[in-house]
Amino acid sequence: MLKRTTLYEKHQASGAKLVDFSGWEMPIHYGSQLEEHDVVRKDVGMFDISHITSLDVTGKDARVFLRYLLANDVEKLTNVGQALYTGMLDETGGILDDLIVYRMQEDNTFYRLIVNCATRSKDCAWINQHSAQFAVQISEQANVSMLAIQGPNAREKLSQVMPKLAEKIEKLAYFHSFTDGDWMICATGYTGEDGFEVIIPDAEIEAYWDHLLASDVKPCGLGARDTLRLEAGMNLYGTDMDESINPYEANMAWTVALKPVDRNFVGRNALEGLIDADNRKLVGIILDAKAILRSHQQVFHDGKNVGEITSGSFSPTLQKSIGLARVNSFNGSCEVEIRGKRLPISIVKPPFVRKGKIVYQSLEI
Amino acid sequence: MGMIPAELKYAKTHEWVRTEDDGTVTVGITDHAQHALGDIVYVDLPEVGDTLKAGQEAGVVESVKAASDIYAPISGEVIAVNDELADNPEMINNDPYTGGWIFKLKPLDVNELDDIQDSDVYKEWCESGDH
Repeated sequence: MLKRTTLYEKHQASGAKLVDFSGWEMPIHYGSQLEEHDVVRKDVGMFDISHITSLDVTGKDARVFLRYLLANDVEKLTNVGQALYTGMLDETGGILDDLIVYRMQEDNTFYRLIVNCATRSKDCAWINQHSAQFAVQISEQANVSMLAIQGPNAREKLSQVMPKLAEKIEKLAYFHSFTDGDWMICATGYTGEDGFEVIIPDAEIEAYWDHLLASDVKPCGLGARDTLRLEAGMNLYGTDMDESINPYEANMAWTVALKPVDRNFVGRNALEGLIDADNRKLVGIILDAKAILRSHQQVFHDGKNVGEITSGSFSPTLQKSIGLARVNSFNGSCEVEIRGKRLPISIVKPPFVRKGKIVYQSLEI
Repeated sequence: MGMIPAELKYAKTHEWVRTEDDGTVTVGITDHAQHALGDIVYVDLPEVGDTLKAGQEAGVVESVKAASDIYAPISGEVIAVNDELADNPEMINNDPYTGGWIFKLKPLDVNELDDIQDSDVYKEWCESGDH
């Protein structure tokens, strides 16, 4: 039996096509994935992301524990409400998950982790195992829903819908958040547009959804969420990286804090040996030919297999196919093999699209 | 289920077949199939002159989320393909039974048409499970 979010009946009422997404029955689209993609690039759309897990880490050692658990350093969180993107690694430097950590209190005894849905039980087991020697409690935030409101008009729309919080919403900086009672409003997203992710008590989510719907915020499915994140050059866990991949092979070097040198964290020893190694790189790919890049298609240079597409789709903004690929270093041109044919591809530095504009740059690897 | 015109015949792989007055057949994918695929963004067509066997892969329809093979419902020679789909693949979504046709065959053996489903059988086939 698939799990359902509190908004299940609302999705049905909006004409959603529901699919199994990691054990959850979630909307893939509400009619047209391309239109939903477009509405987020040009106006504002909303996504039910209540399948995502929110874990609270509390206690005297919360800060010390997270500095040990995570590859990025929570010490960078200078303000309460600030957020940090990080990998959680195993001892070999392999990526167990990517997550966002929020500093919730001035005294550093409360942080909130937003982790992937598919990795929930693995993450909980790993975190509990490593927390044994620290004075911390780990608890999954219960009875909450999560909604992403994304697009160039998200800020204006959210301010209208929540007039009492308008002032705070209008000035909330990227990767910052604030709480209001049981609600948490975060200026984060997975689309490359301005936008918010809001944690809301289950008891209030349906009325909030209706309010947004009545304010012309269009429901968008996980299909559009995937093409939006790909255009934004953002990784998808389980597709672009997993335990067999280290951060240097996943375009995540910027999320590894090797300084200060005396901070010991899980995976650090392995990463110190890997940082100067000839790592494969995760790069952006553009295909000019009329075909679609898909994960696991092979990349060739000079007749030799040099890598593999990890994510691929049609880009509604570029009107051609784009993807991410993990490749060895080589000089010169390369090709992708699609149904027995080799087609030329360009290698670029992601993101492809930010704030509605095409922004990718060519890349030498 | 979508629209299932009574005058057409249907393969289990969700192609429709229309027999034209000159004895050739036109092939496309059904309304049910285009719904399941979602927004179609690319069609890989067979080549005119190709000879296909019944059940042989004839091309590929790609939506934003997935690629799906198209099969020849009966054996025959490809005598025309819908070139307009190169620039307007969404015609398959908007108009699967007319503007969204994919290719035309000159049948090798018209008796093979008896082996594919009528509309009521196809309807039951779609309703009977997750096809």
